[in-house]
Amino acid sequence: MSTPEIIHAHAAPQGFIRKYVFSLDHKVIGIQYYFLALVAVFVGMFLSLLMRIHLVWPTASIPLFGDIKPETYLTLLTMHGTIMVFFVLTTAPQGGFGNYFLPIQIGAPDMAFPVLNMLSFWTTAVAFVVMLAAFFVEGGAPLHGWTGYAPLSAIPSSGPGEQLGADLWILSIAIFCLGSLMGALNFITTVLDMRAKGMTMMRMPLTCWSWFITAILALLAFGVLLAGGILLLMDRNLGTSFFVPAGLSLTGKMIFPAGGFGGDAHFSHAGGSPLLWQHLFWFFGHPEVYIAILPGMGVASQLLSTFSRKPIYGYKAMVYAMLSIGFLGFMVWGHHMFMSGMSPYTAFAFSIMTMAIGVPSAIKTFNWLGTIYKGRIRFQSPMLFAIGFVSLFVSGGLSGPFLAQPVLDIQLHDTYFVPAHFHLIMGVAAIFGIFAGTYYWFPKMFGRMMNETLAQWHFWFSLIGAYAIFMPMHYLGMAGHPRRYSQLTELQYLAPLLPLQKFITYAAVATIAGQFLFLFNFFWSMFKGPKASDNPWESTTLEWTTSTPPPHDNFGGKVPVVNNGPYEYSVPGAARDFVMQTDPPVGSGH
Amino acid sequence: MATFTPTVPGQKATAGQGGGGGSAPPRRGGGGDSNRGSGGGSSNYGERLRRARLGLACGLTPILMLFVSFTSAYVVRKGLPTLDATTNQYVHDWLPVNLPWTLLIVNSLVLILSSLTMELARRDITRQAALAPAARIPGVSLGRERHFPWLSITTVLGVAFLVGQWMAWRALADRGFYVANTPSSSFVYLLTGMHAIHLAGGVIALLAAGAIALLHRPLDNRRIVVDVTAWYWHFMALLWIYVFALLALVR
Ligand code: HEM
Ligand SMILES: [Cu+2]
Repeated sequence: MSTPEIIHAHAAPQGFIRKYVFSLDHKVIGIQYYFLALVAVFVGMFLSLLMRIHLVWPTASIPLFGDIKPETYLTLLTMHGTIMVFFVLTTAPQGGFGNYFLPIQIGAPDMAFPVLNMLSFWTTAVAFVVMLAAFFVEGGAPLHGWTGYAPLSAIPSSGPGEQLGADLWILSIAIFCLGSLMGALNFITTVLDMRAKGMTMMRMPLTCWSWFITAILALLAFGVLLAGGILLLMDRNLGTSFFVPAGLSLTGKMIFPAGGFGGDAHFSHAGGSPLLWQHLFWFFGHPEVYIAILPGMGVASQLLSTFSRKPIYGYKAMVYAMLSIGFLGFMVWGHHMFMSGMSPYTAFAFSIMTMAIGVPSAIKTFNWLGTIYKGRIRFQSPMLFAIGFVSLFVSGGLSGPFLAQPVLDIQLHDTYFVPAHFHLIMGVAAIFGIFAGTYYWFPKMFGRMMNETLAQWHFWFSLIGAYAIFMPMHYLGMAGHPRRYSQLTELQYLAPLLPLQKFITYAAVATIAGQFLFLFNFFWSMFKGPKASDNPWESTTLEWTTSTPPPHDNFGGKVPVVNNGPYEYSVPGAARDFVMQTDPPVGSGH
Repeated sequence: MATFTPTVPGQKATAGQGGGGGSAPPRRGGGGDSNRGSGGGSSNYGERLRRARLGLACGLTPILMLFVSFTSAYVVRKGLPTLDATTNQYVHDWLPVNLPWTLLIVNSLVLILSSLTMELARRDITRQAALAPAARIPGVSLGRERHFPWLSITTVLGVAFLVGQWMAWRALADRGFYVANTPSSSFVYLLTGMHAIHLAGGVIALLAAGAIALLHRPLDNRRIVVDVTAWYWHFMALLWIYVFALLALVR
């Protein structure tokens, strides 16, 4: 337990280590999280590039890397998915932006528990190092996929990479769980207990609501994943069989436990259930996909309102929609397991619940459209990415209800249709949320503006690229192309689909190249960009009332008092077309 | 229900907190006691206490989820048949564990007792903290307060429980129930072991509270640590009762 300390009743820390490394300042910690995710996203992207190359040119040898063997492909697949889901999509929107802007947007000087906050970042960083270490141990990184399905993941002899590499993978996930739990605890306490005077829950920006709900999901979900990880580690290292069944066929021979059952004397496992792992994993896994996307929804709401110069359409509906998405999200995990042999009645129940999530999702989408409808839209880069987010959310979301039909899923499960669905919605939409947040908040975080021309180029590159990569995958899936296969050229029935795979690879190479526009813009603007004013976008929320970048205690000794709702744009009779939350009260507010 | 936090850097103990209307827990001796003498510039400790308790409540949630997960795994595994290669038929391989009952009941009593002493420690330090300002008024004497070393007693009982659990594991091994050789014993070790690890965390927190006392840090800090540890400790006692009941009733 951390000792709650007196928040910022001390001066700003001096010295490099206290200021930038083991900092207690939520802003520094937010930037640390962001940079961790930035490193992770480039690692993950590099792995995906290698995968795409291997798929269409299986014999190609990569400089500095060598040949890609089929098992190497599975390694890349596993590490790509894991790094992207955990260290990018869970880390940047929540740990990064959430840490930096949640306290400022609610008018607090810092997080509720700064020491814990620092610990949660460093725990996450250690988890990342442990994850990468899996590449460099004997046998290499694991090949059980980001979902770590047992018994593959539970038996060290089941393949290369399933020895020490898999242990490191599980350990890293467990450490990551601890870090996320500490972070979630901090977020919830901060929102409930640190809001400035006048900042009622219903006056919080939707970003804060999304971080808050995400934290609740994390608090409930990560403990379950941790439980699964502990059981898995025990199966692997202590010889238990929670997940390992009897009569498993491994390298061609059936194996049974020693003792009573006879058979392979080295194998004492029996009677466990691989499905138990799937239940534990997906009970976490489905909320996790919302952990990844909810902050993006918050950012999109914030930006669509700001850049349309209109109040968000249906603030309360947005809040309740997010709450019900979070709530329903815990009751649908079975939709990942339609093919596990579950009873059709259970499948039906999961199917109904899954489609029910479509309702709040649609409410959100219509409210976003309602927000920009007849707005005086400023098509600046943050807005473009916010619109892109909505576009990708719809495109990716529409395939969800198809997958949610057990009869259709029998055909589509484990085909490219699933990667198409989740990359559009979770991969790219969430990344667009991160980009939108970056272009929007960069001036506040680093005190300088990013280059708009490069940003617009980056937007079009990414949007067209993302669609070019993932739209054709729906078609591949419907044509029956299995996912996770490494050798496409050997299989006759996949041969007609190879040109499409080639096209996807070309699109991926171009899109990845386009990301360097962002990287260059980011670092160049950090040092050379034009100086930003305190409120360059004419926004209303509290982070724009303080100086750029904000001082150590966020408001320079002043304490904000909130009089207005978060999205008071174009209020009739007001002097400007935006009323800041700290301005004298106007209208009804929220 | 706005919460108002002074943000002036380097600010000393603050007089007259704004905001927080009605939400502030017992502040001693009316308002305006800017010079409480507890030092360290600890402003508004009621607020800090509430915050720490809220943080703890959030922290207990994942622990609960952890044991919910283990429980569901336990129940599922218990009902699950397994394939016997020799007969090619599904058989039930769940073997009820022969638990060392007496030892576990003694352990449970020790833990419940420690929960009691922990509560006494919490109340003791709460009273101390409440009276501290009055004791500084010249001429006021509170008489001789007797401070029982409840914290130390709790720590000793906590360690005794852990030692008792160790003995229980040894007893299990003596009866032929190891971590991996039957599915039921795997769960016994898992549930009791995870509980023990969490309780050991509580013992460390108690030692930290003791260290704070030795370092003469502000009473408030110590009070908050003791308070939060106490709630954590009670939770651990309840969790143990739950684990024990599960192992005893669902065999
Ligand atoms: C109305 C909304 C949605 C519905 C009905 C839906 C439905 C489904 C279904 C049924 C599957 C399982 C497909 C299979 O494995 O055969 C699936 C997979 C997936 N969905 Fe969704 N989904 C929705 C929204 C989302 C959102 C918002 C995200 C993330 C932000 C998401 C991320 C994923 C991921 C990551 C997977 C695949 C995981 C894997 O197998 O590797 N989905 N979805
Ligand atoms: Cu799902």
